[in-house]
Amino acid sequence: MESITVKPPIVQIRNLSKSYRRGSQDIPVLMDINFDIGEGDFIALMGPSGSGKSTLLNLLAGIDKADSGQIMIGGVDITSLSETELAGWRSANIGFIFQFYNLIPVLTAFENVELPLLLTRLSRKERREHVETALRLVNLADRMDHYPSQLSGGQQQRVAIARAIITDPVILVADEPTGDLDKVSAIEILNFIDRLNHEFGKTVIMVTHDPRAAEKARLIRHLDKGVLSSG
Amino acid sequence: MIIRNAFRHKMRTILTIVGVAIAVLAFGLLRTLVGLWYLGVESSSATRLVTRNSISLVFTLPISYKDRISRVRGIEAVSWGNWFGGVYIDPKNFFPNFAVEPKSYLELYPEFVLSPDQKAAFLLDRKGAVAGRKLAAKYGWKVGDQITLKGTIFPGQWDFILRSIYRGAQKSTDETQFFFHWDYLNETLKKTVPRRADQVGYYMIGVSRPDQAAEVAVSVDRLFRNSLAETLTETEKAFQLGFVSMTEAIMIAIKIVSYVVIVIIMAVAANTMAMTARERLGEYATMKTLGFGARHIAVLVFGESVIISAVGGGMGVLLTFPAAHWIKTALSQYFPIFSVSASTVCLEMLAALIVGVVAALFPTWRGATIGIADGLRRIG
Repeated sequence: MESITVKPPIVQIRNLSKSYRRGSQDIPVLMDINFDIGEGDFIALMGPSGSGKSTLLNLLAGIDKADSGQIMIGGVDITSLSETELAGWRSANIGFIFQFYNLIPVLTAFENVELPLLLTRLSRKERREHVETALRLVNLADRMDHYPSQLSGGQQQRVAIARAIITDPVILVADEPTGDLDKVSAIEILNFIDRLNHEFGKTVIMVTHDPRAAEKARLIRHLDKGVLSSG
Repeated sequence: MIIRNAFRHKMRTILTIVGVAIAVLAFGLLRTLVGLWYLGVESSSATRLVTRNSISLVFTLPISYKDRISRVRGIEAVSWGNWFGGVYIDPKNFFPNFAVEPKSYLELYPEFVLSPDQKAAFLLDRKGAVAGRKLAAKYGWKVGDQITLKGTIFPGQWDFILRSIYRGAQKSTDETQFFFHWDYLNETLKKTVPRRADQVGYYMIGVSRPDQAAEVAVSVDRLFRNSLAETLTETEKAFQLGFVSMTEAIMIAIKIVSYVVIVIIMAVAANTMAMTARERLGEYATMKTLGFGARHIAVLVFGESVIISAVGGGMGVLLTFPAAHWIKTALSQYFPIFSVSASTVCLEMLAALIVGVVAALFPTWRGATIGIADGLRRIG
């Protein structure tokens, strides 16, 4: 086991392994991964396609199950949670930023951001206040009634960021957040993520191919053929 | 969100709704047709019996049986008649027409409502006839008109004076019948074909209580056992069922077709919903990522399917009424009554609901059980 930060670890990964079955063959994707992430860290996971970056991110975010090993996040062993418990845990602790924004096309920007709050006990008025604040934060207060198809890629990703932070999660996971954006929009999105890390103390775990995106991270870890190495 | 999802692909949704509407409409009309086929049976009186020749309805009974029948205990009234089988101007102008003993017939069939003065005029005029309201309206007949029927069973031109136009006491009463004095038929036959005179096609018997029907039927048939014309007495319902059973195979086929229509649209709707759910697996995965559970996804898919089917079903039900009206108007000689019953409307809505539920089963299961990582891989 290695320690990569002096801050108290919010994420502790121990002996994590994952493989996929293709036909009769087991293809190992992650092999005996061990590392910690401190609270407020901004870590970039890099590596070639098929190296296991997204799989590791999915396991950390509780949207996939490991074959073996343990993932402790904020003192909770998420590998031991049931699907229902994981759903509740995710909604409270994890904010997701996807490469293709993953907005619901039939909902406006406001409604997309509001979506995670529908699972909380907040009143309609409280939800509105939260959503307006989040959209103001990403400079989209004037676009809240627009549908995703009426927004540019950069604007859609900003809506996705607002949705990711709306429940005030401890950890933000971003899977190639700039992968579908032009250079200007990519810089803008990276600045937003950086701001969330610096100003709001969010722990950010970002998978990226883009070295310029990785430069924003304080730590870079490389994955190759399922094995983690420090950058 | 369910409603917005339902109309996301407008053309696809509209076509599915139209498909469901047409299927429900077809189902409703076919069920109405089947129901009407049995309407005569259902509207039969429990206190009326029919006595006919035991060999077949084609064979007649002597008029002399009347007095012996009327003496049987439990019998309150006896009437008689013949199926006349006349056509008006052209053979395609078909409507049921009978020669009946008018006074007793009207007493036994109170569902044919005649105004008192018209009734009196009919009873007094031996060449008088009565037509149902719909029949009179169809041919533009008015009271006082002379109507000539061409006999098919009883050859010749038969002239009648329309003395009354009856209306049905109930909605289900057939208002397309035509009847006239049996005496007119019989007296004419005495002159033209004497061997066919004094013969009746059937007797109609009124009993005071329904529970007497079986006993009376046995007593009547016993009277004429081993005679030249043995009788078969049965309740009016059984008599009507005898006709219906001749065409039962057709009715069964129509029933099957009505169900097949629903099964076909069920397959079409299921395919649409499966396509829809497949396209949205990424969105369902995203929602699950945000913390929504399988139950939420199931409600989304299920709700969408049920809404589409309900809208289509509602349209189908609404269309059934004008369609039934059109059938009743345009094909009145075949369907004098074509009313959509409340039970048919309920069946239509049930069929639409079943289509929605069945169509949603697989897509709901697929959406609810999709792994998040699998679903997210479908985006991009």
